[in-house]
Amino acid sequence: MNYHWNWGVFLQEAPEGGVRYWELLAEGLGWTLAVSALAWAIALGAGLVVGTLRTAPGRVLPMIAAAWVELFRNIPLLVQMFLWFFVLPELLPPLKRLLADADPTHGQFAAAVLCLGLFTSARIAEQVRAGIRSLPRGQREAAAALGMSTGQAYRHVLLPMALRIIVPPLTSEAMNLIKNSSVALTIGLAELTFRARELGEYTFNFFEAFTVATLVYVVIAMSANRAMAWIERRVAVPGYITGGRR
Amino acid sequence: MSDLDFGAVAAALPYLWQGFLYTLELTLLAAAGGLAFGTLLALARLSAVRPLALAAAGYVNLMRSVPLVLVIFWFFFLVPLILQGVTGAERPPAVGAERTALVTFILFEAAYFCEIVRAGIQSIPRGQLQSASALGLSHGQAMRLVVLPQAFRNMLPVLLTQTIVLFQDTSLVYVISATDFVGAAAKVAQRDSRLVEMYLFVAAVYLALCLLASQLVRRLQRRVAVVR
Repeated sequence: MNYHWNWGVFLQEAPEGGVRYWELLAEGLGWTLAVSALAWAIALGAGLVVGTLRTAPGRVLPMIAAAWVELFRNIPLLVQMFLWFFVLPELLPPLKRLLADADPTHGQFAAAVLCLGLFTSARIAEQVRAGIRSLPRGQREAAAALGMSTGQAYRHVLLPMALRIIVPPLTSEAMNLIKNSSVALTIGLAELTFRARELGEYTFNFFEAFTVATLVYVVIAMSANRAMAWIERRVAVPGYITGGRR
Repeated sequence: MSDLDFGAVAAALPYLWQGFLYTLELTLLAAAGGLAFGTLLALARLSAVRPLALAAAGYVNLMRSVPLVLVIFWFFFLVPLILQGVTGAERPPAVGAERTALVTFILFEAAYFCEIVRAGIQSIPRGQLQSASALGLSHGQAMRLVVLPQAFRNMLPVLLTQTIVLFQDTSLVYVISATDFVGAAAKVAQRDSRLVEMYLFVAAVYLALCLLASQLVRRLQRRVAVVR
């Protein structure tokens, strides 16, 4: 293989002027983390509601929640990204007018956050549902016997237990979200992978750029793992088998 | 709202069908190749030979911590260089996005299939291996004839679900301009300025197919569940 490695490329100035390539990569990392953090907040909130509704009494609410999960799980993330970014503004003229005057980055950022947030919410909803289902029926019945309403039983008994049990699968969802945020490059958001490819295209030092991006993703994955293992230990339900041992 | 005209979709159907066939082909070949390589990786991870187990674990963990988009870029630039190194050609050969995508997906999915197969093997009681060796089977024979057949039966629903995920993930070959189903739709969408109709159509097709497939998997899951 004749490939000319040049690790100094990160210190070179980018053609955009006045900025070095490593700064562009760092900026890209910033976008990756910002999109992921906001999308995670949406995903947790919506996933909690939808997952709870799937176990709710009655027929209508669980059905709506199930439809939500199937809708966001059965369309490829890339296509969902296109729907939010290209299709939604066309269907909503006021939104299109708003975006026409705005900084294009804002539109890309908003579309990426909404898309990733709702996409991930379907997965979190499934985990929440599984967590609630894993609780012995006696918990619900004991809550009812104590005179709690259904809402109170969820708020004080079922959800606190279920959420503590599902911390490990939520860790993998958080890491999937960070990885999935790279799909936002298809709508032009200059996140980490976008900047790495851009560096490659300008300088032909593709492999240096990809190596650094890969290392950054590995470090993110490892730190997320550590952080969640710590949380897992803190919230472990006594008497349950858990992974995060000391 | 600009008036929707799905006539543009109808006119492009033969082209979209070509893209769709490539998506199917990529999914099936990557699933088969990924499962084969993934099974080898799983056996390596469970092997008593430490360096082999460590190397397999390192490969799987690396692949699983990097975004698929980045992996696709890696291989898009790496495969021609490797081929050049192997063949000793003057310049890197033109491999084409479609073929690099296949290599990428086999190697990438293998990491995910590996973890499924590993869990499947570990779900088989140790007594099975011991009985096999008591019957005089070698370790390889015991794996091939006793453990893996049972493990695959347990894993089948999960493997199929992962293949549905793979079917959706192949759309990401869009980033190297391969003409899969989404790629074909995107090209027509930009040529005819019919983004709304094209992307809604693509979304509807994926939704219908994946819903149907996951229902079938659910039904299969009930049928193959081993009664213990």
